[in-house]
Amino acid sequence: MDSFFIITSLLKIIGILFVVILPMVSYAVYAERKVSAAIQDRLGPNRVGPAGLFQPIADMFKLLLKEDFTPRAANTFYYWLAPCLAVMPAIITIAVVPFGSTLLGVPMVIADVNVGILFVFAVASLGVYGIVIGGWASNSKYPFLGGIRSSSQMLSYELSLGLAVIPVFLLVGNLRLTSVVHYQIEHGWLIAPFVGDWANPWKWVLTIPMLISFVVFTIAIFAETNRLPFDLPEAEQELAGGYNTEYSSMKFSLFFLGEYAAMITGSAVIVTLFFGGWHLPIPSWHGGFHWALVDGNAPGWRGVLGGLFNIATFFAKVTVLIFIFMWVRWTLPRFRYDQLMRLGWLFFFEIALVNIFVVAVIVPFIR
Amino acid sequence: MIRGNISKMATITVPRPKLNWRERLYLPAIVAGLAITFKHFKNMLLGRTKVTMQYPEEKWDSSLPDHYRGAPALVRDEDGRVRCVACQLCEFICPPRAIKIIPGEIPSTDRFAKVEKYPEEFDIDMIRCIFCGMCEEVCPEQAIFLRKDYAITGFTRADMVHHKEKLLEIGGVMHGVVLKWNEKK
Repeated sequence: MDSFFIITSLLKIIGILFVVILPMVSYAVYAERKVSAAIQDRLGPNRVGPAGLFQPIADMFKLLLKEDFTPRAANTFYYWLAPCLAVMPAIITIAVVPFGSTLLGVPMVIADVNVGILFVFAVASLGVYGIVIGGWASNSKYPFLGGIRSSSQMLSYELSLGLAVIPVFLLVGNLRLTSVVHYQIEHGWLIAPFVGDWANPWKWVLTIPMLISFVVFTIAIFAETNRLPFDLPEAEQELAGGYNTEYSSMKFSLFFLGEYAAMITGSAVIVTLFFGGWHLPIPSWHGGFHWALVDGNAPGWRGVLGGLFNIATFFAKVTVLIFIFMWVRWTLPRFRYDQLMRLGWLFFFEIALVNIFVVAVIVPFIR
Repeated sequence: MIRGNISKMATITVPRPKLNWRERLYLPAIVAGLAITFKHFKNMLLGRTKVTMQYPEEKWDSSLPDHYRGAPALVRDEDGRVRCVACQLCEFICPPRAIKIIPGEIPSTDRFAKVEKYPEEFDIDMIRCIFCGMCEEVCPEQAIFLRKDYAITGFTRADMVHHKEKLLEIGGVMHGVVLKWNEKK
């Protein structure tokens, strides 16, 4: 391992974490409040700074200055461990997601591992432990119920989450997330394959199971990140906040921000798998119509601009998906518990399973 | 005492609504709901939604009606004299007993000696005041009026008691019909 690799990796980690993800998390909270306000005909936060833009900073100070209270009956070690477990997996997951083409010759992915999506599932599932342990260690009835709900919810949805992406990898033939993006650059986004041999009718037939896959995967991500309509573990009205009832100050905010970080990484994974990652085809008429690719490898300042453009494209797509997360949250009521189980086990599991076979039948016609 | 058979009580069996396949599918309802919320979101972004008045910046003071009952206040007349003659009628009528008056005597050498009394102290406890307007109604001198001030705040209970100076400050000058203090009467 040469020093160049280590230095660029460190720069990428610091850049993506402190420049992009963490500000995005805190401003996702602000955006959530603004979006919910607009949907409910209100204005939302508008006191701190212009249009309330400094609200996240004020919130941070509020959370830091609150009393950090540990209940006497709580199991202190696990009580302290749980918030860390809730926020870490969400941030670690971003490591394997390619968030740009190349910048100055450095590929814009922190760890291009060949088990990409398996790594995402393995780490993202750990997020549930934070909630379960937090609910258990609080030694109080509502957090306990929240933790139990969280674990059974994860069991119901992890299956369809995993099965829904198998069609993608049947098609790409590789678990590496950068290969998924490169496949989509050559053959078009999986749910809208305009690029490449778009005259091939089988490719368009394939978009139907891909759309189903996308919907199932997105719904499973909703459940995975405890967003409404599947926010049963925290269900404010029934469980008084659920797993985080006994938490205060920064420990509470870690749970809170962990949810948003999970939402961002979930959106990033969806974008990578189904929306072509950082790829944005630009229509071009030089010598007949074709789609131009913004290249991060071009010489000089054009390469730098191209690389930055691709990174911006990726996060713009992520932002759109986050808006959809919020839009759904402020539209749908919470599912009842048996309904959630029924959806997970009786519908999405079967749909995802059948979908794999449908894709397997279509794939030979494309190759 | 309950008589008769429980089975004879009026019972209504509410039938569960039969849902057709479209309703059971649930998806059209979700899409319709998303469309509604997006319409609200879009209207807010385009500035078509009417939102609540943004209170400290926007106030409704200018559109308050003349009969608005805000904080009670003492008024002065054209000559700058306190109109109140400390008759204590408002103190007696006040339902929550918010008003406390200590009358003082005007010396016989004074130009306005025939008025006899003036309020040495005039306190209205704004925590007790219910803005009923009875003090205004009962005042024979038209000396106490309910003004349009409604944001009465303070950090302590003592802050919330309006003394004479504060009451006169809120009240200002009233050009009125009562001419008792005028020499011509």
